[in-house]
Amino acid sequence: MSKKLQDRIISTDVELPATTLASSPHVVADQNVSHIMLWVVGALAPTAIWAVINMGAVALVLLFACIASTLSTEWLWNRFARKPQTLKDGSALLTGLLLALALPPRTPWWIAVVAGIVAIALAKMLFGGLGWNLFNPALVGRAFVTISWAGVLAEQKVPGGWFRGIEVAASGKYDAVSGATRLAVAATDRAASGAYDFSLRDQWMPLLTRNLEGSLGEVSAGLLILGGLLLIFKGIIDWRIPVGYIGTVALLSWAFGSDPVFNVLAGGVLLGAFFMATDYVTSPMTRTGRLIFGCGCGLINVVGRFFGPSPESTTWAILFMNGLVPLIDRSLIPRTFGWKGRKRA
Amino acid sequence: MVEPDLKPTDNHIAKGPPVPKLGFKGGIHPTDHKAATRSAPAVRMPMPARLFVPVSQHLGAPCQPLVSRGDLVQRGQTIADVDAMVSAPVHSPVAGEVISVNLRRLLSGSTALVVEILPDEHQDWDSWMLVPESDDAIAMVRAAGVVGLGGAAFPTTVKLTPPRDMPIHTLILNGCECEPFLTCDHRVMLESPDRVVAGARIIADIVGAERIVIGVEDNKVDAADALRAHAGSDVEIFVVPTSYPQGAEKQLIYAVLGKEVPHGKLPAATGALVQNVGTALAVADAVQLRKPLMERIVTVSGSVVTPANLIVCLGTPLRDLVAAAGGFGPDVGRVIAGGPMTGTGVADLGMPVVKGTSGLIALTTSQTAPCVNGDQACIRCGRCSDACPMFLQPFAIGIYANIASWDGAEHFHALDCIECGSCSFVCPSRRPLVQLIRLAKHRLMERGAKL
Ligand code: SF4
Ligand code: SF4
Repeated sequence: MSKKLQDRIISTDVELPATTLASSPHVVADQNVSHIMLWVVGALAPTAIWAVINMGAVALVLLFACIASTLSTEWLWNRFARKPQTLKDGSALLTGLLLALALPPRTPWWIAVVAGIVAIALAKMLFGGLGWNLFNPALVGRAFVTISWAGVLAEQKVPGGWFRGIEVAASGKYDAVSGATRLAVAATDRAASGAYDFSLRDQWMPLLTRNLEGSLGEVSAGLLILGGLLLIFKGIIDWRIPVGYIGTVALLSWAFGSDPVFNVLAGGVLLGAFFMATDYVTSPMTRTGRLIFGCGCGLINVVGRFFGPSPESTTWAILFMNGLVPLIDRSLIPRTFGWKGRKRA
Repeated sequence: MVEPDLKPTDNHIAKGPPVPKLGFKGGIHPTDHKAATRSAPAVRMPMPARLFVPVSQHLGAPCQPLVSRGDLVQRGQTIADVDAMVSAPVHSPVAGEVISVNLRRLLSGSTALVVEILPDEHQDWDSWMLVPESDDAIAMVRAAGVVGLGGAAFPTTVKLTPPRDMPIHTLILNGCECEPFLTCDHRVMLESPDRVVAGARIIADIVGAERIVIGVEDNKVDAADALRAHAGSDVEIFVVPTSYPQGAEKQLIYAVLGKEVPHGKLPAATGALVQNVGTALAVADAVQLRKPLMERIVTVSGSVVTPANLIVCLGTPLRDLVAAAGGFGPDVGRVIAGGPMTGTGVADLGMPVVKGTSGLIALTTSQTAPCVNGDQACIRCGRCSDACPMFLQPFAIGIYANIASWDGAEHFHALDCIECGSCSFVCPSRRPLVQLIRLAKHRLMERGAKL
């Protein structure tokens, strides 16, 4: 028998430190909303920088105008609505960046500012702020100015040289540098010849690496793809939306007799598929829903491009699908574990 | 002709048959923090100056104290009991003298009678008052006061007598220990694999299960190997992918049997009975050694000087556990009884260890600070529903609970929530989802809803 004299424990000096009490769980994942927004901003940064390098100061001015506009609109709104400031969640910054990348480089700065105000005030804060908006704010901002100043924005060719763009924007003589995007050219060709063909292959490389016709974000499809893959790899965006979107665009353009690769690389498809349609707030909550949503965006995008009034249909495709999200979510509520179906108790 | 030797060799068992790598859908992967105590053998902590043994340490009917002030008690002596089905008696873990029997607040938040014992100078840890011998193993398990040691502390005898219309064919031992920090079950499996397997056989015998499966997460392959060495051909070791909450009853049954426990039914409806590995050990002790449940292994970890797995007498004040681990480390922001995903915040270190206390974790302020919710709206990222092991949409229940719409919460099946906390863990908006869902469940049950 091992009877033994026990050491008594002396614990009177152990005091509970000044602690907080709360109910479980007591730990959370590292990633919060600002981290997510900053990751997306980071994934877009190379594209923005590349645009500035290639398009000149005019791109820098546009980026600055959009971001300053979204940030200050949100700040002012919160200020006057007497709400806590929300700039640090990073979503206004991202909206500004996305907006700039979706606008053609020689958009006058004041149009960019209006787009930013509309994006934040009308599309987001009016709905109740981040999380409550139905439509993607950046796209609403873009759509608003595209409609309001259609003439100003229609001509999209970027002037050469660092400061040329600013001069042009300041002089107001937009037609001085008129030009057309590759998509518009392709559409004109198609109208002329009656059909798309597969001879657009020589456009792939410029579209992937350095393309000065189109919006800021179209400067390099390659950088957008890399950024998008980074976000998928980091688990920030769900692959189902871009894969559904891009897959549908490729498949349908091929079905319509056009070059699928060209149609994916040109225009706003990549920026839309990786960065706009994947916006959490305005996309479906379920995995299946996201796939359907992505495919829907692709479908409308292609149909708009081939049969609509303008080949630049990405904005409208995503905005339309944004409007369907509540319907998609409501019809795809998952089956609960242990239930046979969605039968309600 | 020579008969081929069909007796499985140890080697054969150690390799084991190929076992499907199942799991469950959903779940999260929190940092596990187990390295600090994973390889620390369970050691008996120094004798506390006083024990505060609550007369009720389980879910169910509370016990009545059988001793009063001035009584001398033996190690293993029953000091509280009640004649009720859903209950478990309580034993004195030490020889000593009863100083008082008073009401005190417990970790669970409720108040109960607590027997304060002054332990003798000399303690003989290797003997105890034996549990009365009986042919009925269930009676011995009851007399030994065994409850589920995984945390819920539900009296084991109740689970050993399932409804007649629900025969049990599979006993599943839960060795997943999916909560971060905790390693007490890991040590049980490593240090007493033979006793765990023995307990499993006793339980399987009681309920008539033909199949015994021990589920172990793949971050504890050493434990799986240790069990396999003692398993024989009648016990299968399932190594399941590490994912929280793999150790939840319904998720473990799904991983092993591929069956979902139907809504509103007992887990027994699937023919499975789940018991924690520590509980199996306690059952083996009760039936074979006639040893009552009066101590357990508790993982003391986090921001303490020497994290440890301690063999702790039930009733030991938490303060003594911290002292036995060398005191708090720097920057303690919250102290948790149990694991950080489902454990209880400790408001008073004078509260005693009870049968369900698996750990005492000191979290740092940098670990708990991000939990503070800034009242941010849901950004509809869908992470909570992707993580939910019950396939719920926690964001929706949270929104309805926020506006006190209990019908809405019920519509989204709030009552099916197992309160694992995965949704709150992943939410980038730091919404208090499981907390809101708990509130909704509470309100729904107040107005008569059944789980
Ligand atoms: S809703 Fe309940 S079951 Fe689902 S993750 Fe949240 S706490 Fe777990
Ligand atoms: S995890 Fe949080 S932010 Fe994301 S959907 Fe759920 S509640 Fe909303």
